[in-house]
Amino acid sequence: MAPVLEVSGLSTVFHTRRGLVRAVQDVSFSVNAGETLAIVGESGCGKTITALSLMRLIPMPPGEITSGSVKLDGQDLLKVDEATMRTLRGSKIAMIFQEPMTALNPLLTVGKQIAEMVMLHDKASSQVARKRAVEMLHHVRIPEPERRAREYPHQMSGGMRQRAMIAMALACRPKVLVADEPTTALDVTIQAQILDLIGDLQSEFGTAVVLITHDLGVVAETAQRVVVMYAGRKVEEAPVGEIFARPMHPYLRGLLNSIPHVNSARGVEVDEPVRLQEISGIVPALNDLPPGCAFSPRCSMSEERCTRERPPFELKADDHYAACWRA
Amino acid sequence: MLTYIIRRLLLMVVTLFGVSVVIFLLLRIVPGNIADILFDSAGLIDPAEKAKIVADLGLDLPLPQQYAQWIGGLFRGDLGFSYVSEKPVLDEIAPRIPITARLAALALFFSIVAGVPLGVISAVRQNSGLDYGLRVLSLSGLSMPSFWLGLLILMFCVHFFGTIPIYDRAPETFWAWFAMLAIPAAAVGFRSSALIMRLTRSSMLEVLGQDFVRTARSKGLSEANVTYNHALRNAVLPVITTIGIETAFLFGGLIVTETVFNIPGVARFLVEAIRWRDYPMVQNLVLFIAIIVVTVNLIVDLIYMVVDPRIRYSE
Repeated sequence: MAPVLEVSGLSTVFHTRRGLVRAVQDVSFSVNAGETLAIVGESGCGKTITALSLMRLIPMPPGEITSGSVKLDGQDLLKVDEATMRTLRGSKIAMIFQEPMTALNPLLTVGKQIAEMVMLHDKASSQVARKRAVEMLHHVRIPEPERRAREYPHQMSGGMRQRAMIAMALACRPKVLVADEPTTALDVTIQAQILDLIGDLQSEFGTAVVLITHDLGVVAETAQRVVVMYAGRKVEEAPVGEIFARPMHPYLRGLLNSIPHVNSARGVEVDEPVRLQEISGIVPALNDLPPGCAFSPRCSMSEERCTRERPPFELKADDHYAACWRA
Repeated sequence: MLTYIIRRLLLMVVTLFGVSVVIFLLLRIVPGNIADILFDSAGLIDPAEKAKIVADLGLDLPLPQQYAQWIGGLFRGDLGFSYVSEKPVLDEIAPRIPITARLAALALFFSIVAGVPLGVISAVRQNSGLDYGLRVLSLSGLSMPSFWLGLLILMFCVHFFGTIPIYDRAPETFWAWFAMLAIPAAAVGFRSSALIMRLTRSSMLEVLGQDFVRTARSKGLSEANVTYNHALRNAVLPVITTIGIETAFLFGGLIVTETVFNIPGVARFLVEAIRWRDYPMVQNLVLFIAIIVVTVNLIVDLIYMVVDPRIRYSE
């Protein structure tokens, strides 16, 4: 099966006063229909910029996508003109955002904001679009969708708004859904519901999902394939089971070690309280990257070569890629 | 919504009562009354005559009684007589109000029609040459006193066209009114439009950076749709407030412009009345302007409620 979305060699930079910020460098991945690919990394590693680059929503200037291709059903989104891109945004590739509280327009009813898009892409009349909006709200399990469609975002809870966002994003049955930390701003019970919802709708519509997250728990539950990013580059990629069973890159291992375990967190049933392992140091500034491996200053396994030469992103085991000299 | 309006109307009455007391007292605190002025400047020298004027006008009565007379008259629709012209105040004010109202309305129209779109353009094309040009223009609009600009325009017109429409009698047609008031309105409106432009620009810039604008773009909406339907609707809220304040300002702040362009409006008349300590005239005019201001504020708040559901539903 040919992948729905094929990203290769994507690089996005920002021209700022403090110099060139390389936010995303040479990132490639592909997603099949109905599958979920998770992009994992900490804040500032280029996850969100990758997502926005797929949608071509990077503010230009100062941003610029310098190279690469984003093929959606074989069509390169980085090559089409802006007008064509607009017809694809929302209809073929849609996005949901991290912050449901601010991602909806406060002055328009939720129904209108969904219907607006249906009218645009499906050339539907306002009645039809309206009906579709209510249907979609019903689909994302919002009770009383008729009434909710007439409500404004401020009348809804965060979880409800994120459902409305999902309803909006899926209203035109896009092939690819880019979900940028869709659950980060929600509390844990709502998080699980939203993830379930995305999963259900995904299998129903056959949508390919690119899930951006920093939450490895979310990754374990939802993704089939995982890309780990650090300082704008891919550092590891593998199927989800592989990633958790045999993490290769010291950064990923560090991330996995820094997840608190229930027992150690509560301090029960443990002979000796285990200190939570953190990754020391901070992410390097993207306008001032070290010449070698970007993780080397924080890496406990780092050797002389790591600071000098950047490790290639290569196959290390069956379908398991990483960029590390020591892995 | 209805209870809100009723509550606001009651508040308006309280505000106007406060304004009436303040203007009444302020006028009496200012040294001299009409009798003193006549006595000093007009050459009346008989103290008995002065005392008679004071008594005739009721200026020797205790202040509460004078105040009660004024307000009592207001409720009966009697605004009293001008001390100077000795005509009913209503007859003196009434013909002047439409003149100032037209001038203010036209100035406001100019400032909105120029200020809002230019502000949007400036924001959308942030840091372009056009943006810089507009920002310089608006800054000069804010820094240039309108009377000076008015004088410049006057001199410019007279120099190049040899003439300028000057108010000598009331124009009859709408277009005659327009031609008469366009230049002074543009001179005053320039400042307001500069203010509105700068505010629209900064407000737009703020809104354009918000998440829901990105959402709107991610839906595939056109840039024009995003800018006008999504961003501008949100950005216009603070602008509406300013438009309200400017309306109030324009109504009372046209003194210099009316003088420069020789327009017989309310503002110039008010200054004249103050000079003569023409109490009934000043009191009623100021109260009238106060009514305009509070009414405009109420309208602004109601528009707010119409535009912004968050305010509508919290009431």
